[in-house]
Amino acid sequence: MLEYDLVVIGGGPAGLAAAIAAYENGIEKIVILERDVELGGILNQCIHNGFGLHRFGQELTGPEYATRFINRLTETNIKVMLGTMVLSLNSDKQITCVNKTNGLFIINAKAIILAMGCRERNRGPIGMPGDRGSGIFSAGSAQRYMNINGYLVGKRVVILGSGDIGLIMARRMTLEGANVLAVSELMPHSNGLSRNIAQCLDDFGIPLYLSHTVTEVIGKNRIEKVVISQVDSNYKPILGTEKEFNCDTLLLSVGLIPENELTRSAGIPIDFRTNGAIVYDDMQTETDGIFACGNVLHVHDLVDYVSAESEKAGKNAAEFIKNGYISNDRKSAVTIKNGNGVGYTVPQIAVIDRVEKGLEIFFRVKAKSENSVIEVSSENGKIASFKREFLAPGEMERIVIPKKLLADVSENITVSISGGAK
Amino acid sequence: MKEFICTVCPRGCRLKVDEVTLNVTGNSCPKGTEYGKNEATNPLRILTSTVLIEGAIHRRLPVRTDKPIPKDKLFDCMKTIHTYKEKSPVKAGQILIKDLAGTGANLITSREM
Repeated sequence: MLEYDLVVIGGGPAGLAAAIAAYENGIEKIVILERDVELGGILNQCIHNGFGLHRFGQELTGPEYATRFINRLTETNIKVMLGTMVLSLNSDKQITCVNKTNGLFIINAKAIILAMGCRERNRGPIGMPGDRGSGIFSAGSAQRYMNINGYLVGKRVVILGSGDIGLIMARRMTLEGANVLAVSELMPHSNGLSRNIAQCLDDFGIPLYLSHTVTEVIGKNRIEKVVISQVDSNYKPILGTEKEFNCDTLLLSVGLIPENELTRSAGIPIDFRTNGAIVYDDMQTETDGIFACGNVLHVHDLVDYVSAESEKAGKNAAEFIKNGYISNDRKSAVTIKNGNGVGYTVPQIAVIDRVEKGLEIFFRVKAKSENSVIEVSSENGKIASFKREFLAPGEMERIVIPKKLLADVSENITVSISGGAK
Repeated sequence: MKEFICTVCPRGCRLKVDEVTLNVTGNSCPKGTEYGKNEATNPLRILTSTVLIEGAIHRRLPVRTDKPIPKDKLFDCMKTIHTYKEKSPVKAGQILIKDLAGTGANLITSREM
């Protein structure tokens, strides 16, 4: 049985930033558990640039962004266990893991940070019809084959979903000599960053079919043909709008799901809106001493935000270990509710007494709007408002409510969107 | 008339640029004018890719150009990248190819390996 002050599960951007922050706040006995053979997580296969603009003021590639944190980590005495899979954890902060050197073993921790990231949605949940020949990949697995293992997974490619990974792979496979025939997006707008539409599709003349989805996949051994159809306002395919593409590969870029099997195994409540744990303002879950951050908590647009959020988790985990503060005192906790136009918030609960200068809330809106106002109200009425020129579901929003405005709040805070049109 | 999606901010304005006068329309702010003019006259991109590496933990080493290159040179650069082989170990930021395909940019590693 091993004993650590802090165990960080996952050695990607979230785990790295959280562990370093905890170390810098005075915690010495820290271990990062990583199932891969190296640190860095998904950044290692994201070889394109555009990371770090907020944090470092320059556009880094994924490996470069990871390297900055890994270099900092090597200056500390944080222990890293690679090739180590966590099998389960419980609310007593006992972690069961397995690796080649130690076999099956248990770690006891004073605090745990969940930083397992997310995984890609696949064919099943979107109910895609058709044959089951080979050649159907999630965009991220095609990216790993390409950038780490050196395999171009196909020559004639159709991509379903215009999420950023799909767009990045459209460019990447084109540069490597594949012919990307189409990107099909169910929604009337793309969820990818507009810069990726411009630099990954428009630069190479790759057509984007909005309000289109895959209605047939043909090919018993290797796929041979993909049919896409236009959809109506209820996302139902319209008969007679079929377009056929002769192709050998179909990539799916249809969303990311936080990977919370371990969280569930510890009985930690999950928010159905984020698919991540319900957290307090200090990134602590409903289980004392277990924190969560990064894409395991909610899917972020930018790694820069993951790092910032994870540092907050790391710093507060350090406080928890050192002072064991009474964190989840429900008597002084207020619930953060989703009002009109708001899809989710993180955190979902806040302890006002503990807030230092202001309460930071991240959230996503449900629809695009221009010249809108983000309104914050409590059971006593309106407490703050924030103007925004532009809001979109694909862009995470952040507000900070000054502490002095929260003095009288005792039950709940509601975040809602008013005004604006589009 | 050339059309671009402005990438300066998330709004993603659809710009129209007159190729002769370089007059930009469809933008919501002055930054869009500048972006539109650059895209119409000299669009530049950072190229990222991988090269074959031997003796390392992975088979591919991520690489990038150390400065933006003209958009129409991307495929020329890829031809050179495809023929290049490297041996482990390499340092992060190490120059692998100087003046890649006559662009004036160097091809550098994105990580150690």
